Amino acid sequence: MNQVNSNAIEVEALRKQFGEFVAVKDISFTVQEGEIFGLLGPNGAGKTTLIRMLTTLTPPTSGAARVAGHDIVKDPDGVRLSIGVIPQALTSDPELTARENLLIHAKLYGVPAATRNALIVRLLDSVGLLEFADKLVGSFSGGMRRRLEIARGLVHSPKILFLDEPTTGLDPVSRTSVWEMITKLKEAASLTILLTTHYMDEADKLCDRVAIVDHGQLVALDSPTHLKDNIPGTDTVEAEFENAPPDWHAALAQLSEAVSVTERDGVTHISSRSGPLTVGGLMNLARARGVTVRRVTVQSTTLDDVFLFYTGRQLRDEAASGHRYDVSHLYK
Amino acid sequence: MNLNRIMAILERDMRKFFRSPALMVSSMVFPMMQLIVLGYAFGGKIKGVKIGVVDKDHSHESREIRQRFDAITAGPETFRATDYNSLSDAVTDLRTGFVRAVVYIPPDYSRRVAHADRPRIAFIEDNTDNFVTSEVLSRMQQLVQDLNQNIADTNQSFLIPPQFTRLNTQIDLQVVEVYPYIEYIKYLLAGSVAMSIFIVAMIGGGIVFIDDKSRGLHEGYLVTPIKKSELILGLISAGALKGLMAGTTITIIGGLIAGIARIWDPVRLIYLMAVLICASVTMISFMFLVMVRVSDPLVPRAIFGVLNTLLFFPSGAIYPIEGFPVWLRWISYIDPFRYTVHALKNLLLKETGFAGIYSDLLILIGFSAALIGACIALFKRQI
Repeated sequence: MNQVNSNAIEVEALRKQFGEFVAVKDISFTVQEGEIFGLLGPNGAGKTTLIRMLTTLTPPTSGAARVAGHDIVKDPDGVRLSIGVIPQALTSDPELTARENLLIHAKLYGVPAATRNALIVRLLDSVGLLEFADKLVGSFSGGMRRRLEIARGLVHSPKILFLDEPTTGLDPVSRTSVWEMITKLKEAASLTILLTTHYMDEADKLCDRVAIVDHGQLVALDSPTHLKDNIPGTDTVEAEFENAPPDWHAALAQLSEAVSVTERDGVTHISSRSGPLTVGGLMNLARARGVTVRRVTVQSTTLDDVFLFYTGRQLRDEAASGHRYDVSHLYK
Repeated sequence: MNLNRIMAILERDMRKFFRSPALMVSSMVFPMMQLIVLGYAFGGKIKGVKIGVVDKDHSHESREIRQRFDAITAGPETFRATDYNSLSDAVTDLRTGFVRAVVYIPPDYSRRVAHADRPRIAFIEDNTDNFVTSEVLSRMQQLVQDLNQNIADTNQSFLIPPQFTRLNTQIDLQVVEVYPYIEYIKYLLAGSVAMSIFIVAMIGGGIVFIDDKSRGLHEGYLVTPIKKSELILGLISAGALKGLMAGTTITIIGGLIAGIARIWDPVRLIYLMAVLICASVTMISFMFLVMVRVSDPLVPRAIFGVLNTLLFFPSGAIYPIEGFPVWLRWISYIDPFRYTVHALKNLLLKETGFAGIYSDLLILIGFSAALIGACIALFKRQI
């Protein structure tokens, strides 16, 4: 039965537990029709588990969710018919050609034989792979495979597209190409898109709204602009000093327009309502106190700062620390 | 040369080895299983061979032969005798493989014994299995020799001169071979065909299936509306088709190399196809069932040898099942190879037609249904 529903996805207290480990902790949110919704968080935050529950690949422990009006537990086939999924791993068959990959999926979705071939040509053309239609996918670069999989996810004209870390492992050129494709898709097909990412710039550039997920919990949800506006300070001043006295941080906190001061790995971060004014004051103060400024930069508030504000950590810390989350529970 | 670097590589490999139960089990279980299965599967004493007895004489003398059969059944157990009323029924069962030999006692047997008129017993044998044939024939010759010794002892007690009695009173065992001589290459052909299907099942149903799973390719299909029964049946159909192609190729080429007569007989080819289809479906389903919950790509590679030993050698492909100990016979009962090999031998060596394969086909179909059902029940549609 068709339902009139302005929410493409509705998630209510969704939870996933693997033994004692809670991967997703009672998350609730809605995604409106036609928007690009991002789940932003570090590896192991629970993004993939959440997307797997919404795409019916993993049963939830508790809670409920409706995708395109279909309950993920009671009507999984309804969900599957309404969605296109591009999983995190490259799942196209390397031993088949691009055309064959799309053909098999078109058959799995019951696309009529009369329209199948024309559709495949159109999809391959739209992702820039038409000239490689009959090449084995095993010979494709990661970016080409990802584009092919996006085309594969669209083979049955879904209402909602799920992309799980669509640009992870891609080179900068391929990433840009995938971004352009996602933007184009949204405009051309009025698709609702839910994507997960741990790239701030990706979420910032693509998403209408972003949900920040950390340790299985949703810690913030809003448009990228609002998320950035809602944290104290609009700029971040990063600086490195020599001969800093013990009360140096306290002195910095008194600088013009400064909101807060933190230090990580020898780098001082000053959240400021106006970066240039704070830097001016900082240079004067350093001269007056005999402190050497080795480096100073100013940048506008990014989603990284938003993530830092809400979680107390930076996303890049996760990679730099070398910490690896145990995700073996995902495959049990 | 730096010893530390050598030790580092050694340490790396040993750590990986001890963290991989599949490799450890395979490296220890496989040789042990080969020792036990092969050790008992070859050269065992042939027992329990079914033979038909057609007694047209119904005399004291013919009953004595029957009693000696019973004594063999109870003693060395070489064969188990079943009575037939007509020679044609017995020979029909011989040709369809239900009995391995027929002993025919003609109506005038006792009269010829009494009149010292060259009494004869016919021994009609299925000579497609040289191991069974030679053992049963040897036992039969021993039996006749004992009978002759009895007659000689009786004649001696009546003081009949031996030069007069020897030729005419001795029972003559007339051996009739139903088929032309079967070389071992022909005997082995059925096993090779079954093996080709097994290898396809192992590679397609085991190694490729798990590799695709571990590469995440299955996730791409699981997000579509495909049901798990559809996925399993699709995978099994593909595996069976590949098994059929391999089996047909080996049957034809192997048949030509081994010199199987009338290999192009269209009716027999149809029956062969039926056996190959049923065998392929059964073996690929068996393999999927073994692998249905496996995700480690090492597992199918590690257990390849174990499964091969456990399925191929107890099948009767290279040595008759009648030579196995009881526990190995029980394994062979649940081994789809056994029924494949039996049906193929009947078609290729005996040209039995449908009568010789229908029971094997029914068993293979039953196996397939049970295995497919179990695969569908155990397959996890979700990650």
